[in-house]
Amino acid sequence: MVYLTRKCEFSASHYYHNPEFTAEENQRMFGKCANLNGHGHNYTLEVTVKGDVDPRTGFVVDLKELKEILNREVIEVLDHRHLNKEVPEFLAQIPTTENLAIAIWVRLQNKLKVAKLHRVRVYELPDLFVDFYGEA
Amino acid sequence: MKAHLTRRYMFSASHRLHCEGLSEDENRAIYGKCNNPYGHGHNYALEVTVSGQVDSQTGMICNLVDLDAAVRCEIIDRFDHENLNVRQEFEAAVPTTENLSEVIFNILKQSFTAAHLEKVRLEETMMNSFEYAGGVESQP
Repeated sequence: MVYLTRKCEFSASHYYHNPEFTAEENQRMFGKCANLNGHGHNYTLEVTVKGDVDPRTGFVVDLKELKEILNREVIEVLDHRHLNKEVPEFLAQIPTTENLAIAIWVRLQNKLKVAKLHRVRVYELPDLFVDFYGEA
Repeated sequence: MKAHLTRRYMFSASHRLHCEGLSEDENRAIYGKCNNPYGHGHNYALEVTVSGQVDSQTGMICNLVDLDAAVRCEIIDRFDHENLNVRQEFEAAVPTTENLSEVIFNILKQSFTAAHLEKVRLEETMMNSFEYAGGVESQP
């Protein structure tokens, strides 16, 4: 079993707001992330796949194919977008880094043909990242 | 859905690697320049990984403000700009980064209970880092 990780970047804006909370509760829970005018980040995404090395090609996964899947399923959907307003998953769910990692996993999980998705890691900042392994 | 969250922190401290039970020559042979008598320092980077169910109301595993407060209060305020050798945590242990990782994990395990502590990862320099997950294997 070999693990392979591909890295890419996207930039997006968001804010944290739960309509079931009062304005004070939103402010207390989410702090400056609750500013309804939104703010943005340069996100770094690391996608790790696992599998056996194909003896004919020496690959765990066709990197070109992986890059195409990442671009089509993730980057084109999220890059230079407002997550709350333009990305379907976040019309009714708060676009925290936790939820973003889960949404990216769901978008990718059935798209890989040979290798298996192992981990989605999303950096919101260099000192903050979330890992999702597909666990319930 | 269960997710893992990692936050990175910095602190600076000095130490000297020296084992009382060994001779001067043995200490020198084992620890090399880390055994120099007056010690030396590092900028440590600490990564704390916690896990838990993502709360459907908040979209979060735990509130980062609470995690930051616990790490600041229990770890950064304790070790930043200190000499590790004279601290009570290292009265009976050499302040290697292996031992420091274990000390930090055990302190946080006691003091931060809002999410499950998965592991701590400690970078001593750009070239070496150590991980401790409470004695269990952590996921790659």
